[in-house]
Amino acid sequence: MLHFSKWSIWVTLGILLAGIIFAAPNLLTRERAEALPSWLPSKQISLGLDLRGGSYLLLEVDVEGVINDQLQTAKDSVRDVLQKAKVGYTGLDVKNGKVIVKLLSAADADKVRTSLRDVDRDMTLDIDDAGNVSMSLPDNIIQQRQSRAVEQSIEVVRRRVDETGVKEPTIQRQGENRILVQVPGVANPQELEALLVKTAKMTFQFVDQNVPQDQVDRGLVPPEDEILPMDESNARAGGPAKMAIQKRVIVSGEHLVQASPAFDQYGAPDVQFKFDSVGGRQFCAATKDNIGRLFAIVLDNKIISAPRIQSAICGGDGIITGHFTTQEANQLAILLSAGALPATLTKVEGSTVGADLGADSIAAGKLASIMGIVLVMVAMVVFYGMFGLFANIALIFNGILLLAAMSLLQATLTLPGIAGVVLTLGMAVDANVLIYERIREEIRNGRGPVIAIDQGYRGAMGTIWDSHITTIVSAIALYAVGTGPIKGFAVTLGIGLVISLFTAVVVVRLITATWLRHARPKELPL
Amino acid sequence: MFYRPIHLIPPNTRIDFMRWHKITFMISLCLVLGSFALIFLKGLNFGIDFEGGILIKAQSTQGPADLASLRSQLDSIGVGEVSLQLLGSASDISIRLAHQKYTDADLNQVKDQIKKERPGTRQEELDRMAPTRADGEAQRHAVDKVTQSLGSAYAVRGWQFVGPKVGGEQIQAAIWAIILSMGGIMAYVWFRYEWQFGVNALAALIHDCVTTVGLFSLLGYEFNLTVVAAVLTIAGYSVNDTVVIYDRIRSELRRYKKMPLAELLNLSINETLPRTVMTSGITLLSVIALYFFGGESLHGFSLAMLWGICIGTYSTIYVAAPMLIYMNLRREKVGPTVKTDAAQRP
Repeated sequence: MLHFSKWSIWVTLGILLAGIIFAAPNLLTRERAEALPSWLPSKQISLGLDLRGGSYLLLEVDVEGVINDQLQTAKDSVRDVLQKAKVGYTGLDVKNGKVIVKLLSAADADKVRTSLRDVDRDMTLDIDDAGNVSMSLPDNIIQQRQSRAVEQSIEVVRRRVDETGVKEPTIQRQGENRILVQVPGVANPQELEALLVKTAKMTFQFVDQNVPQDQVDRGLVPPEDEILPMDESNARAGGPAKMAIQKRVIVSGEHLVQASPAFDQYGAPDVQFKFDSVGGRQFCAATKDNIGRLFAIVLDNKIISAPRIQSAICGGDGIITGHFTTQEANQLAILLSAGALPATLTKVEGSTVGADLGADSIAAGKLASIMGIVLVMVAMVVFYGMFGLFANIALIFNGILLLAAMSLLQATLTLPGIAGVVLTLGMAVDANVLIYERIREEIRNGRGPVIAIDQGYRGAMGTIWDSHITTIVSAIALYAVGTGPIKGFAVTLGIGLVISLFTAVVVVRLITATWLRHARPKELPL
Repeated sequence: MFYRPIHLIPPNTRIDFMRWHKITFMISLCLVLGSFALIFLKGLNFGIDFEGGILIKAQSTQGPADLASLRSQLDSIGVGEVSLQLLGSASDISIRLAHQKYTDADLNQVKDQIKKERPGTRQEELDRMAPTRADGEAQRHAVDKVTQSLGSAYAVRGWQFVGPKVGGEQIQAAIWAIILSMGGIMAYVWFRYEWQFGVNALAALIHDCVTTVGLFSLLGYEFNLTVVAAVLTIAGYSVNDTVVIYDRIRSELRRYKKMPLAELLNLSINETLPRTVMTSGITLLSVIALYFFGGESLHGFSLAMLWGICIGTYSTIYVAAPMLIYMNLRREKVGPTVKTDAAQRP
C-alpha cells in the first residue's frame, strides 16, 4: 500500500494541480474572470438565488386546457362545414376528448367527409353507418401539441422577461409542463409575475402608411393611430424601430388556429397560418380592398411582423413571406401560435430573496465553513499530531478540488449546499481517523512503523468504502427527487464524498509514504 | 522530537457495554414509541414547502420586533390567519400566511380583465382561465397587503410562495427520497453482510431517523425539506457507523469461535471505541460550527444532524450490536465470507 509507481505520483499531483487551476478563477471578481484570455479556465461557481438574491418562479402551463380549446375550435369549424354543405345534424358537442355529432341522414356522410377531414388534419375521423361522427386527436398528437404549447409559452415568457430588461434571466422548461424562471436581483418580482401570467394578446392591424416615418419617430400621429415598437429581431433587419398602426383591429388573435414554418416553391422559408371561419371571413373582407398595403401582426403591443398584402386572403389560409432564415420562420410561427394560444400560466411556486438577505446567508455560510474547518483541523492535530497535519493538507485539497469540480460542472451553490460542504469536511477526515486508529492498533500489536502503516491502510479500506457508499446512496436519492436548494445539498455532499475518497486516502497516503522514506522513523508519533 | 498526540480514549478499555443492553433496549423502545406517538398525536410543524402558503421574511427597522402588536395589526387586514415568528435575532421575523382564497368578486374582476386583454375570448375559455388567474392574484394581493401594512417599520427581505400542488408533490418527493435511500443502503448492507446484520442495521437506522423526526415534533420546530435532507444524511451516517462495528464483530467472530457472544460484542465495541468517539466527535465539531454560525435557515438542519450523530453513535452500540444476541447468529456461517482477517478489520 505504501509503494507508489512514478506514474501514479504524477497523476495524483496532476489532479491536485488541475484542481488549483480550475478553482483559481473563483478568487477573481466575476468581471475579471470573464476578461481572462479564453485559454485560461474562467468558470466560476454559480451561486443559487438564495445566496445572490433574486426571484424564482415556477409557472405551470395549463396544457389540458389548450387541447380542450382546440377541440372547441374544431367543434365550431364542424358546425360551419355542416351548415355550408347544408347537411342536417344534431347533438354537436365535445365529450371525453372527442368532437361528436350525428348526421340526420347517414347518406350525407360522403358529402362532408373531405371537408370534415380538413377541419384538423391531425384528427382521426370516424363516421359509422348510422351517421354518428366522432373526431378525436391521437395521443401522440396531443402530446406533441401540449409540448408545443409549453414551448410557445416559454417563448412568450422569454419575450416578456426580456422586455423588462432584467439581466441574466434563466428561463427553462421543467418537467412536462412547467417553466422555471429565475431572475437575479429583480426590483419588483410581483410586477414581473403579473406580467408573465398575463394572457398573450395578438391582433392584426393595418399600418398607417400615410404618416411619414420622421413624424412617427417624433410621435406625431393622427388620433386613430398608435405608435408601436417593432420587435428587436425585425428592427435589426434594417426596418424602422417604430410604426404608426391603425387602432382598428382587423382580426383578433384568437381566430388564428394554426401557424407553422414552411417553405415556398423556391425553397425559401415562410410561415403558413390558418384562421378559423370567423377570422377567415374578417380577414378576407379586409384584404380584398387593401391589396398592396402593409398590415401588422401585433403581439403584446409589439409588432412582430409587418408583411405586405399580396392578394386577397380568403378561405382562412395565409402565408407570410419575407427574407426569413429557417430559424426566423420557426420563431415567427411559434410567436404567432403563442399569441393565439390561450394557455394560462399559473405560479405554482416562487420565492424572492433580497440581495441583503442573500449576502447575510453567504456571510453566515462562510463563517460556518471557516469555523468548521478550523475546529476539525485543530482537533486532528491535537489528536493525531503530525498525521493530523497530513490529513489537514488533504482536507485543504479536498476543499480546492470541490470548488474546482463545482466550477467545472457549473453546479449551483445553495445555502443547504454550504451545509453539505461543511458536513463533507467533517466526514472527509473520517477516513483518516479510521486509518490512524487502525495504525495505532497495529503499533500496539508490536508492528514496526512501515508495516503498521501499511496494515492500517489495508485494514481500513473496506470500512472506508462502506461508509462512503452508504452516504453517497443517500446523496443520490436526494438528488433524484430533490428540488432546488436540496439538489444543491445533494450535489455538494456527493461530489465532496467522491473527492474525499481521493484526498483522504490517496493524497494522505502519498504524503505519509514520502515522509516515511525520508524520515525513516524508528517509531511513529501517533 | 515529535509532538505526542493525545489519546482521548485510552487503548484497551474494558467497558461492559452489554451489561446495560436490556435497559437501553427499553430506553430505545420508549424513544421510538414516544416519537411515533408525538408524530401521530402532536404532529409535525410542517414548513411552507410541504404545506403551501406564503412566507414573508422581514426585518424591523426600529429595534426589536414587537410581535404582539404586529400580530393584531396583521389580523385586521384580511389575509386570514397569520403566524409570526422570530428568526434568530430580535429584529428578524417571518410572517406566514395560508394559501389565499379568492372571492367571487375577484373572479369577476379577473374575467373582465381577460375580456379586455383578449376581446372575443369564448365563455368556456374564460371559465377555465379566470380561476387560476384569480388564485394567483389573491396571493399577490396578500403579499401587497402585508407589505403595505408593515410600512416603513419593517423592511421586507424576501418571500416565498408554495402552491398547494407543489406542496403535495414535495411531500411525495420526500417520501420517495426516504424509500430510495433506505432501500439503497439496505441493499448494500445485505450484500455485504449476513441478513441478521442487515435487519439490525435497518432497525438502528429507523431508530435514528424516527427519533429525529420525533424530536422535531416535540420541540415544534419547523419540519421542511432541508430537515428531510438531514434525516437522509443521518440514515447514511448511522449505517456507516454501524458498519464499522459490524466489520469488527465479524472478524472477531472468526477469531474467537468459543467466546460468548455478549463478551465478543463488548470486545469489538471496546476495540473500535476510539474510532467511534473520534469520528463522531469530529463530524460533530463541523455540525456545531453550522449550528452556531450557519444562520437561521440552517438551524433545523444542523439541529437534526447534531441529534442524528449522537443518537447514531448510541444506536450502533446499544441497538445494532446487542440485537445480534437475539438474532440466532450461526457463527460457523459467518466466517467463510471473510477472506483474510487483516483485510476486514477496521
